[in-house]
Amino acid sequence: MGYPHPSHAKEQPVLSKHFGDAGSRTVEGWVKRGGYEGLKQALGMTRDQVIEMVKASGLRGRGGAGFPTGLKWSFMPKEVTKPHYLVCNADESEPGTFKDREIIRWTPHQLIEGCAIAAHAIGAERIYVYIRGEFTFEYKILTAAVEDAYKNDVLGGNVFGSGRRIDVVVHRGAGAYICGEETAMMNSIEGKRGNPRIKPPFPAQAGLWASPTTINNVETLAAVPHILVRGAEWYKGLCLGSPKSTGTKLFSVCGHVQRPGNYEVVMGTPMRDLIYEMCGGMRPGRALKAVIPGGSSVPIMTVAEVEDCAMDYEGIVAKGSMLGSGGMIVMDDSTDIVYQVMRLARFYAHESCAQCTQCREGTAWTTKILERILAGTGKAEDLALLLDLADNMTGKTICVLSDSCAAPVVSAIKKFRGEFDAYLNRTKRPVMVAV
Amino acid sequence: MTKDLVNVTIDGMTVAVPKGTPIIEAAKQAGILVPHYCYHPSLPSPAVCRMCLVEVEKAPKLVPACVTTVVEGQVVHTDSEQARRARTGVLEFLLINHPLDCPICDQAGECELQDYVFQEGRSGTRYSDYAKRYNPVEDFGPDVLYVANRCILCTRCVRFMEDVAGTPVLNVSERGDRAYIGIDEDQLLDHPWAGNVVDLCPVGSLISKDFLHKARAWDLDKTASVCTGCSQGCNITVDTRDNTVVRLRPRPNLEVNRHFMCDTGRMHYRWMNRGDRIEAPLVQDSGRLVATDWDRALDRLAGLVEKGGDAVLLASGAASLESLGMMHRLLAGTRLTAVVQLPIGESEEPLQGIPNLALRQERAPNGEGARLLGYGTDWRAAVKTASSADLVVLLDVTLTDAEAALVSGAAAVVVLGTVQAQELASAALVLPLTNVVEENGTFVNRDQRVQRYKQARTAPGMSRPAWWVAAGVAPTKVAPTLALAPTPATAAQAFELVCSTIPSLAGLTYADLGLLGRIASGMAPGLAPTHALAQSGPGGS
Amino acid sequence: MSGNPGAGPAHAAAHHEESYQPVFVGPVKARLEALFPKYPTRQSCLLPALWMVQEERGWISPRAIGEVAEVLGLTPAFVKGVVTFYTMYHTHPVGRHFIQVCTTSPCNICGAEDVVKAFLQHTGCGELGATSKDGRFTVIEVECLGACGFATPVLIDDDFIEGVTPERVPGILQGYK
Repeated sequence: MGYPHPSHAKEQPVLSKHFGDAGSRTVEGWVKRGGYEGLKQALGMTRDQVIEMVKASGLRGRGGAGFPTGLKWSFMPKEVTKPHYLVCNADESEPGTFKDREIIRWTPHQLIEGCAIAAHAIGAERIYVYIRGEFTFEYKILTAAVEDAYKNDVLGGNVFGSGRRIDVVVHRGAGAYICGEETAMMNSIEGKRGNPRIKPPFPAQAGLWASPTTINNVETLAAVPHILVRGAEWYKGLCLGSPKSTGTKLFSVCGHVQRPGNYEVVMGTPMRDLIYEMCGGMRPGRALKAVIPGGSSVPIMTVAEVEDCAMDYEGIVAKGSMLGSGGMIVMDDSTDIVYQVMRLARFYAHESCAQCTQCREGTAWTTKILERILAGTGKAEDLALLLDLADNMTGKTICVLSDSCAAPVVSAIKKFRGEFDAYLNRTKRPVMVAV
Repeated sequence: MTKDLVNVTIDGMTVAVPKGTPIIEAAKQAGILVPHYCYHPSLPSPAVCRMCLVEVEKAPKLVPACVTTVVEGQVVHTDSEQARRARTGVLEFLLINHPLDCPICDQAGECELQDYVFQEGRSGTRYSDYAKRYNPVEDFGPDVLYVANRCILCTRCVRFMEDVAGTPVLNVSERGDRAYIGIDEDQLLDHPWAGNVVDLCPVGSLISKDFLHKARAWDLDKTASVCTGCSQGCNITVDTRDNTVVRLRPRPNLEVNRHFMCDTGRMHYRWMNRGDRIEAPLVQDSGRLVATDWDRALDRLAGLVEKGGDAVLLASGAASLESLGMMHRLLAGTRLTAVVQLPIGESEEPLQGIPNLALRQERAPNGEGARLLGYGTDWRAAVKTASSADLVVLLDVTLTDAEAALVSGAAAVVVLGTVQAQELASAALVLPLTNVVEENGTFVNRDQRVQRYKQARTAPGMSRPAWWVAAGVAPTKVAPTLALAPTPATAAQAFELVCSTIPSLAGLTYADLGLLGRIASGMAPGLAPTHALAQSGPGGS
Repeated sequence: MSGNPGAGPAHAAAHHEESYQPVFVGPVKARLEALFPKYPTRQSCLLPALWMVQEERGWISPRAIGEVAEVLGLTPAFVKGVVTFYTMYHTHPVGRHFIQVCTTSPCNICGAEDVVKAFLQHTGCGELGATSKDGRFTVIEVECLGACGFATPVLIDDDFIEGVTPERVPGILQGYK
């Protein structure tokens, strides 16, 4: 579904098949729609068998990092000497991304089923679903679904009569983008400030409460039941581009398209098809100017790059950006690129946890320079300064928030230099007041 | 042993260090200091300041030296162009909100931000015309002020209070560039070891109210010494300016106090500057104490000692080993009762994150030294005995009125002390002593560690160390044992002489002690660093 | 020196004369205690506990911080460090209805700032973070609410409203008394 729009022919609804269908929210409804077969199947397999299946499918983390999921699961210790934990990352806060909320909103059991299969694969009995505090509606749906699952022995001490215990705890965040970073999320669950941790140790060795932990994104986990039921080969076969990018991806398209929404397409689908066909192209009288394809933490793409881009991990990298979370921010020619880059920098400055010097100070300084440029008091050296700061902010910190701030800034200066110059040489009127 | 060592090359120098050593510590072995802020050898490492990023060959990114452990064959460059650029970057970021407070900031001259900026910072600011973040100064409690604007958020203070002191009373509040160090408004930084956060703070953000605006760091003379507050024997540095003690700070000794000292010891220095000192030797003459020179005073002392009889030596637990030992020898020819005064404090205050470190209940630095020399500890009994003794010698003790009254009953009282004591106007002799910062000496702490303290300021008036007084009494006139040894002319010689009489200290010299001390016989040398090359065997570097 | 350090404006309202009524009594206490078996440490219940305080009292006062600290075996300073990290917790009282408008880039390019202006105008708040004179509303801008395809999303109390335009604002506000 190009949810909330009707499904487009070029989509491949797997995860999104039941978006908009409130009947999917109950165990009964989900089972009627073919759900929980995957879990039943997994319970009859060994941990290794499930892991191998997911490895073979080529599923990669859909939260942004794109790390092979089966491989991540295989990092967990073979022997369970300390409790193993699964964390479901439902903190969805990457600007431009709004896919996980739909999965939870319409098909919470798809998620629960995926979590349960993953828990089985990694030897965990307890799953923490970390859901961002602002998802008040999704929180209610999910907790009701979890309760329903317990009532029906889908969760609890005897899942589907297997004797296996699988518990789900829904844990609310409280307004911090950085908690979407897996180690920060663990600190948050432990009742601390959401500060990312240094690695090593890695979560699979010492995660939640120093115990082996795996963290997976909602969309990643939602794909798992389908892989179990329809097979790894099937999932691997969903591939139009690079063989390293398989399956479907929910692209959250927002901004200046006619039909913003979530579009589920096979990996490798051309970006132009998505924007111009499925989303209906630009608003009347408008032309495409730029797209940030992976949530805001990736380089901006020009029209030329967009129109020649296959949407998978390798394809978007080939065009100088990254697939990331697949949150596509589409900007037409009414967009002030400089202003939006400032607004993004401000976002990162607001969300910085304050641990690393470069991020804490650099995101705020970057924002100030951009504000000044927009206020008409920018200096000629400001662009070189922004690039130098971005360099100092890249590859030097505990997590990549700092890098994420740098990426749109650097790419915007490189690709939309003229817009910056217009403010600097005062041919464009200021749009802000200098503070 | 050797199989646990890892060879790593840092800036061209190859060192062998134990497995698990972080690069920053391995670098120290190579004589290289990797600039850092948040790292501290006595605190858990969060790697947040990003100052210690170094280049490791074959690694894709710069790595933080404080948490990256050495790997066999690793080649590290701490001063490559990349590493230097990264440090310059960090320094620039730290300075954008840091106020230009150097002219009014106590930390100037001993500030790690100044030091590294001077070394590697940019010469001019690029943060022009922007406002700096502002937060008001906060009073954190008894001695500590938090100047929030200067804070670089290294979080050493937070980690010290949480992990070493065991009371998480400081936090990081807010997020991003709004962050600052917070304290719960109903709590104070009154933990017995809280003053250490001032030392830990690399900049002038956490500062001591006691030291506020008192002296400039570059005006200070720094002398190695030992705290006299209790029997723990924390190593300290005495900071003096114009011959006045203005501050005590802990001196690192990994075997005794690591990098810390308690607040009680830290504040225990004003007495060292007291002006009401005994200026000259005083002899009793026709009912009055009259000033005289040392020759005459020592002569009078010799006479009193020679008479012999029942003698009681009441000594301070803060007297040096040299002084306690020499005075004891001086009176060896008498029927001697020697007792040391050991004040007992209300409670012991451990620094829970460090093993074997506490403010001890025995509030004297040299109780062990006294015990080794055969001094008893039954003070009440000794004072009583003194009341009918032939000779009582008071070695730097303070008596209550009642005790003074008892002691006055003795036939002759010799007072060695630093300050005037009115109640002993009937003393036969009053001799001026140097205090702990005015002489060289040693203490033996509760773990049998013999530690040197050095003279930090000139001795006032005609004061002398007590060991010198004892040595000055001509050996021929007194105990025969004294005649066999050469008369010590220096504290070092007195030390050797005194040690020769104690089996567990026999043969020790000042050179053996260094500035980190040495445990009495049978135990490992006191100089072993934690990341030891000390035990490098035949194959070690 | 008794606890009297200078601090931010949040603490100005801290020391009320009225006595403090504990939050964790009766059913609220039961709800918190029901969480304990779900985590290996009490500390892990900190975020849920803070949510409960905010649900009951509308904001998290310094006294409440002290209560939470005691109930979970933490120090008030530690709890405060956590409270100030997460921006959804209010450390001072706010209007009866708390309005959060997303203005991050995806919504920004779809007119979010005009939506903010409309809310400020129609609530009478005038400026961001201020509470309207009748105590009814507080309006703030927030970062990405995760509904970018449905610009502009607005969170009012626990109601997540999507597709808000300046024209819809007066009608929306009528539902909040």
